[in-house]
Amino acid sequence: MTDVRQIRVTVNGAAHELAVESRRTLADMLRHDLGYTGTHLGCEHGICGACTVLLDGQPVRSCLVFGVQADGCLVSTVEGLADGDELSDLQQAFSDHHGLQCGFCTPGFLMLAEGYLSGGRPEDMGEPDEAEIRELVAANLCRCTGYQGIVEAVLTTARRRLAGRRPSQPGRLAEDAPAEEAGGR
Amino acid sequence: MSPRGTTAAGREARLDSRSGRWIGAGLPRREDRRMLLGRGVFAADLSRPRMLHAAFARSPLPAARLTGPDTAAAREMPGVVAAYTARDLGEPYLLAVLERPEFRPTRMPVLAGDEVRHVGEPIAIVLADDPYRAQDAAEVVDAEWQPLDPVASIEAAREESARQVHPGLQGNCLVELTMFDDERLPGIFGNAGLVIEQDFSSARVAALPLEGRACLAEWDEADQQLVLHISTQVPHQVRTGVAQALEIPEHAIRVRVPDVGGGFGLKCVVGREEVAVAAAALRLRRPVRWVEDRQENLTASFHGHEQRYRVRAAFGDDGRLLGLDADIDCDVGAYSAFPFTAAVEPLMACSELPGVYKVPAYRARGRAIATNKAPTAPYRGVSRPQLVAVMELVMEQAARKLDLSPLEVRRRNLIGPGDFPYTGPNAITYDRGSYAESLDLAEKLVTEADWQSEALSLQEAGLRAGVGYACFSERTAYGTPAMSLRRMGMTPGYDTALVRMDPSGEVIVTTGTCGQGQGHETTFAQIVADRLGVHPDRVRLRQGDTDLAGYGWGTWGSRSIVIGGGAARRAADLVAERLRRVAAHLMEASPEDVELSGGQARIRGDEQSAIPVPDLARVVYFQSHRLPEELRYALEATQTFDPPGTFSNACHAALVAVDPGTGQVTLRRYLVVEDCGVVINPVIVEGQVRGGVAQGVGAALLEQVRYDADGQPVSGTLLDYLPPTAAELCPVQVFHLETPSEFSETGAKGMGEGGTIGAPAAVLNAINAALAADGVSFCQIPVLPRDVVAALGTGNGAGSYSGRGAGRARDERASPREAGR
Repeated sequence: MTDVRQIRVTVNGAAHELAVESRRTLADMLRHDLGYTGTHLGCEHGICGACTVLLDGQPVRSCLVFGVQADGCLVSTVEGLADGDELSDLQQAFSDHHGLQCGFCTPGFLMLAEGYLSGGRPEDMGEPDEAEIRELVAANLCRCTGYQGIVEAVLTTARRRLAGRRPSQPGRLAEDAPAEEAGGR
Repeated sequence: MSPRGTTAAGREARLDSRSGRWIGAGLPRREDRRMLLGRGVFAADLSRPRMLHAAFARSPLPAARLTGPDTAAAREMPGVVAAYTARDLGEPYLLAVLERPEFRPTRMPVLAGDEVRHVGEPIAIVLADDPYRAQDAAEVVDAEWQPLDPVASIEAAREESARQVHPGLQGNCLVELTMFDDERLPGIFGNAGLVIEQDFSSARVAALPLEGRACLAEWDEADQQLVLHISTQVPHQVRTGVAQALEIPEHAIRVRVPDVGGGFGLKCVVGREEVAVAAAALRLRRPVRWVEDRQENLTASFHGHEQRYRVRAAFGDDGRLLGLDADIDCDVGAYSAFPFTAAVEPLMACSELPGVYKVPAYRARGRAIATNKAPTAPYRGVSRPQLVAVMELVMEQAARKLDLSPLEVRRRNLIGPGDFPYTGPNAITYDRGSYAESLDLAEKLVTEADWQSEALSLQEAGLRAGVGYACFSERTAYGTPAMSLRRMGMTPGYDTALVRMDPSGEVIVTTGTCGQGQGHETTFAQIVADRLGVHPDRVRLRQGDTDLAGYGWGTWGSRSIVIGGGAARRAADLVAERLRRVAAHLMEASPEDVELSGGQARIRGDEQSAIPVPDLARVVYFQSHRLPEELRYALEATQTFDPPGTFSNACHAALVAVDPGTGQVTLRRYLVVEDCGVVINPVIVEGQVRGGVAQGVGAALLEQVRYDADGQPVSGTLLDYLPPTAAELCPVQVFHLETPSEFSETGAKGMGEGGTIGAPAAVLNAINAALAADGVSFCQIPVLPRDVVAALGTGNGAGSYSGRGAGRARDERASPREAGR
């Protein structure tokens, strides 16, 4: 009764060839067969988004995709965002804006935002505003932060990337943090 | 005491510029890096060779006699190694005890034996080599069921003819309390200028951490110990609970806590499944992992906050509260959770209902009512979101009746600056706070930001709009003196910290508190760094290991920074004193003249005299012959802190828009003036407030664990149970007042729950203000769109809906399933 398929998949640039049961989700395959445990499972029915990864560049709920469906695909997970130990601009912005507390949902938000920032958004849309980012962030669930830091982090990164200015060094993102959504700070 | 905004952005590891201390500095969190890199390690990430996976067979019925269960078919399934029923495991149970005659102790079976009391109650554990196969096998566990009449609501439980959920109960009460029964009340109510009655109800909700419960149990042959890696807030209570249930000594169990993906009270009790997993690992001598799925989490773990209030309040003509009489029912589900018991909600509600108001005479009756629903745990806020909403509704109603401003009625009744320390009719002493000042500042900020104009323009656009306030305090950091009044069999309160400097000058702090996202690795380091004069990066926190820490009570009830942090500060002071004496000996100075700062020991006034702290440590450990006997060999201290408790306080203000056509309530503005005494890290405090507000807004507008009339849960997915997304929230502005606590080592007060406590009342009052002209006033949470439409009689979709896509989609998908409310 066990239906096993041989597949090839590239995760964060590394090629893997493995046998995977047909019913196994991409999330379980990534986590338990390939060891990418940074992808988390919060609901296993596609609502919370904690398991979001990029499949050929597009954000997907890896709990709703079977591992075999990733045959021949490129998968990006949270482990691939940083350059070695150096946080990406997006990761650094999450820390600067206190966009995480327990950290369980964080990989999903990072991959959702990275998919949006690195290709999901038409270039002629102009500068994103808080409403646009809030709608994007509403795709996933966080129970700790109230989302404000997440919205600020993604918005700051979006504006920086649009301006074509990568931060010169981590930790220096916030001088031009947008004022209108910074609330009472 | 002055208001100040803080900057979260652009943070570096800098001392607080006002005080020159690490306390108060908005340090970036130590925890962030591993989480952002995907290197956090949660229980479900742990793996072991020969590991087995557990799955549970569960009751499909809310109440039934059970024969069997039969695991034979399950054991024949591929990959299955074992399957156990209650009898196989020796019928273990958890027993939470309250030493009160009014309390009825009830056993919570780890696996149900001959009777089930709620849908989802575990009846068998199946162990297989693969989690999918374990689940397959759990589904074929068979049993014979004789259904019993389900008791599915407070009303059903209280009926004269109601079946008792446990034998020996009366009126299905697990506890029935009368507290503070002031005999003057009948006279006061008889003579009062105004008597108002206020009902209130709140729906059952789920704590809903994004990580559900999870654990891995393994036998350590060398240490002869069961090691239980578990996502919990209370490692020592897990050890105690498992030891009692399995009848093994506590030293034979080591509880270790990996990263925890949120708790909010769900994980401050001991679950049945975790005990069963421990039992299976002991029997099989193989590692066993169990990861709860979301349906189990929503239907078979623990809920909270399902309460009904009937309150009478007597006022004088001048708007002053004269007396308060409350009757409170809490639907606590099928069992008392270990160790807090099912009495936790009515005890909190009865004790703390008066809140920030002066109540000369008081009576409260409270009940924990058993039903055939999942048991309850102390979810964030524990009764205070409800009792604050009740008191704020009372103030609003009194204002309407007396034709006074609602804020003026509050001001006439708030415990004022000159009243502290104030001992209320509930025998609680409130330490100094800023109850009146926080309301004044909130009103000023709302006026300056001109929310009223925004409300008017919303009204011109065809919406209703209103501003609501909530004033409250948050009792935090209860030590054993306060907790002992509850008469729990296990009385929590104290905590112990070990501070140890190693030979390289690095500091390890070990505590029994156990955070789940509150940033303790950062804030505890700030506290200790100030005492030792070192950089916080030199200080590491070790929490969540029962073999390392002295017995402690974990992280809940806004206790950790005050109690665990206080113990750490006390221990750090002893280590600092030792360092000063070592430095004084080496520099031939008096210890009183030595100061520790910037990572060095210096003689005051002598710029040349400086010894780096690591050099002192090396001398203590490696050249102890240079020191007198009493300074040799060690740089460590263990201290315990057990405070009486302290109250933080806040005032919340909300501006909401209500669409009369769709009933949609939209949060437009939200601000919090909070006072948690000395702020250890403003960024973390603001994060706790904002996250708490989000949960409170969820409770006010969205969240509802629903059961049908037969006791079947009908909100088993996140399509049915709706926590707020970013689309339902707006930015939350946070302002600080700072009234240091004299009952805390650092001056800090706890503040982990305040956001959740204040938000429902503020949102409810804002909705009622928006609908005042329509004569509509809600006294329940959540207020759902269809409630608004029904109350306004406008169910034709005529309004001009302008919500965001995600919000609209969520509302549509929710509406067909909201019928059973």
